[in-house]
Amino acid sequence: MHEWALAEAVVETVLKEAGKENLKEIVRVKVMVGELQQIELDVFNFAMENILQQGGGALSMEKISLEVDKCVLRCKVCGEDWYYSDSLQDLSEEDSEAIHFVPEVAHVYVRCPRCGSPDFEITSGRGVWIDYIEGEK
Amino acid sequence: MMDPRLNVINKRFQNVKKIIAVSGGKGGIGKSQTAASLALCLAKHNYRTGLLDLDFCGPSTHVILGVEGIYPEEEKGIVPPKFNGISFMSITYYTGNNPSPLRGSEISNAIIEILAITRWEDLDFLIIDMPPGTGDPVLDVIRLIKRVEFLLVTTPSRVAQEVLKRELKVLNELGITVIGILENMKTKKGSQVASELLNLGVPFLGSIDFDYDLEDALGSPAKLLQTDFAAQLDQIISQKCL
Ligand SMILES: Nc1ncnc2c1ncn2[C@@H]1O[C@H](COP(=O)(O)OP(=O)(O)O)[C@@H](O)[C@H]1O
Ligand SMILES: [Mg+2]
Ligand SMILES: [Zn+2]
Repeated sequence: MHEWALAEAVVETVLKEAGKENLKEIVRVKVMVGELQQIELDVFNFAMENILQQGGGALSMEKISLEVDKCVLRCKVCGEDWYYSDSLQDLSEEDSEAIHFVPEVAHVYVRCPRCGSPDFEITSGRGVWIDYIEGEK
Repeated sequence: MMDPRLNVINKRFQNVKKIIAVSGGKGGIGKSQTAASLALCLAKHNYRTGLLDLDFCGPSTHVILGVEGIYPEEEKGIVPPKFNGISFMSITYYTGNNPSPLRGSEISNAIIEILAITRWEDLDFLIIDMPPGTGDPVLDVIRLIKRVEFLLVTTPSRVAQEVLKRELKVLNELGITVIGILENMKTKKGSQVASELLNLGVPFLGSIDFDYDLEDALGSPAKLLQTDFAAQLDQIISQKCL
């Protein structure tokens, strides 16, 4: 996922949820990102700082922690489980950039290491979610 | 848990005045041809126009228009590049000419991702080319793009109309604005669109004849605009939509 888009989405969501819950102060926010999204932490942090400067309300940089969820794939045809990081070595920079923008296109470039099928399930490490928002009312 | 991507999508469309999804239950009835030609016609009338191809398994508008050699720019997200004055976004930027074998939930996820990262500039119209069916993509577009309106395509065939009737009932039930029904590929005199379909409270926009010369114009916006297909479409939208 594009880092700027993600940062913007996180800020919007945290402020909206904090508003809903009437939080006066935000203490901690945990953002989970699937490995498949291939977020570059430096870029994400830079984007986040930039967006917060333009009005982050009760949110500030040091309250946000981001954790990457390891990506595991499972072949629907032969049942093989494998790590996306193992497939990554065989991908060109272009292919891996395409996956960064739209993770589902992994199905275009990644194949089951055992049977070669593109029909696999992303069992973990996909998507973005806010694990929790801690705050004080 | 909360998917933050969902909260940024409406913002992505805040500078777009009208969003039109070109849909219709069956495949091969001319949805993509209509969506692409509609975008060309609108751009010709100097409307700021965007085209979003959401048919991830069978993307077609890049073939119809002949889009090649352009790629989105990165600017705090993705900014769709312009082709013939149309801001054009398609998954083909990322899949190339390779097939994308996606299951339903993954199509959903890819739609969310594309909608969350794409920053549309100021547009009068954004045209969305929908895949066939009333599955995940239609439901996602309705769920995620609050202001979307539908333009429904059918052929004179009863088979196409029966399927469209089902989609129309879903849209009606969900309270979605339907601009109207367009009959495409007409070969006989007079409209074949059944009164049954028209009784569902949706305007009939008009008919477009089967155009034997259309195939030769594919891939060239200038030629496409000179087809009878485009002339008839232009007349219909000028009278009924603009
Ligand atoms: N009025 C028409 N006359 C002749 N060919 C048409 C007409 N409308 C569409 N087509 C052609 O029919 C084929 C299917 O159209 P397409 O727009 O791809 O259908 P869909 O998107 O509904 O699956 C394309 O080759 C298109 O150029
Ligand atoms: Mg199509
Ligand atoms: Zn396998």
